[in-house]
Amino acid sequence: MTAHGPFSPRDWISQPPYVHLEYKSTALRGPTRPLIPLQQTLSELTGPVYGHESVGPLDHDLTRNARVNGEPLGERIVVAGRVLDEDGRPLPNTLLEVWQANAAGRYIHRNDKHDAPLDPNFRGSGRCVTDEKGRYSFYSVKPGAYPWGNHPNGWRPNHIHFSLFGPSFITRLVTQMYFPGDPLLDLDPIYKGAPEGRRELMVAKFDLDVTEPEFALGYSFDIVLRGRNATPAQE
Amino acid sequence: MSPKQTPSQTVGPYFAYGLTAEQYGYDFDSIAGGQLADESVEGDRIRIVGRVLDGMGAAVDDAMIEIWQADAQGRYAHPADPRGSNAAFRGFGRLGTGTDPQNRFIFDTVKPGSVEGQAPHITLCVMARGMLSHAFTRIYFSDEAEANAADAVLASVPDKRRDTLIAKRDETQAGVVYRFDVYLQGDTETVFFDL
Repeated sequence: MTAHGPFSPRDWISQPPYVHLEYKSTALRGPTRPLIPLQQTLSELTGPVYGHESVGPLDHDLTRNARVNGEPLGERIVVAGRVLDEDGRPLPNTLLEVWQANAAGRYIHRNDKHDAPLDPNFRGSGRCVTDEKGRYSFYSVKPGAYPWGNHPNGWRPNHIHFSLFGPSFITRLVTQMYFPGDPLLDLDPIYKGAPEGRRELMVAKFDLDVTEPEFALGYSFDIVLRGRNATPAQE
Repeated sequence: MSPKQTPSQTVGPYFAYGLTAEQYGYDFDSIAGGQLADESVEGDRIRIVGRVLDGMGAAVDDAMIEIWQADAQGRYAHPADPRGSNAAFRGFGRLGTGTDPQNRFIFDTVKPGSVEGQAPHITLCVMARGMLSHAFTRIYFSDEAEANAADAVLASVPDKRRDTLIAKRDETQAGVVYRFDVYLQGDTETVFFDL
């Protein structure tokens, strides 16, 4: 099949349902009727093209891209990994947009009313692009956990939000990366909204090879987007 | 064993300073917004206005809408389009619903041309707090009745739900406006496609 052939379907064994009542706001916001199948046309085989030209020099470094009078507080981290498709092909020149809370568990978003301090030197958003082997990396500080009103004494585990397009609009993925060993994972209805056996794919691995000595703890996190309805091309 | 798709998670309530920062006034440039076409782009100027409504009919103030469309000649700015890309028109827009007093999204663009004989349409993706996965739909145009009647995708939709995909044309002093509300649930739940 060609490089522009149809995409494999969203794998509903991996993907969460629209309505997952433990996550309360899905009750009124998740579509309830069956999705209608659609034979892919050129409208589905294409999508927004954003590559290296979309990324500024500090966009990949959340510890530097919003400094006012010093370094942001927190445990410095580097997150690195690959973006692949289901057939194992690396996806080069693919934009990743990321955003997160600061080290205290506070978002700069004006709607976040959590009583934890903002960090004047940390915005918490950035982006990066994969190289020719599908690899990406960015620097940040480890985001803190924060409370939310979904259920009594509810706390979101530490996480970083990721947004990707991939090769087409229908390979779109918005997800969250979690941290290994977090005891809040098992209590989190958003994380547990993804099926067991697949939700674990959202947990990064601590990686000493990614860790930069005397500088930043390394986490590796690969992201897998939909593939093509074809075997990988032999190269 | 081949790798498995990474599961989707909600965009959450706080996407704005990451994905739509300029629109919300955060100090970070955005890759896209509500203006898809500058003056150099050929085509009929249109505005697409709508809201996202939850199962109680309330307007959602923290949804994010993305649209993807062909240019007025029906060409996509993407390497899979054999006619080549249209450098002046990228065809992508993105807005949150949290800055307009009525929680509307307002895209200014050009009306897309027909693609591969289909009725003119725009692909729309909605995501929000409370949606663990995004949902895709299509915007068709009410003044394209003939093309709509011949469109295979519209024909695959049950008659009584087809109207949820048709944006209603209105000619205002400001120009041509198409109204397209996205109903996440309810009797008028928008048709979402398994794209």
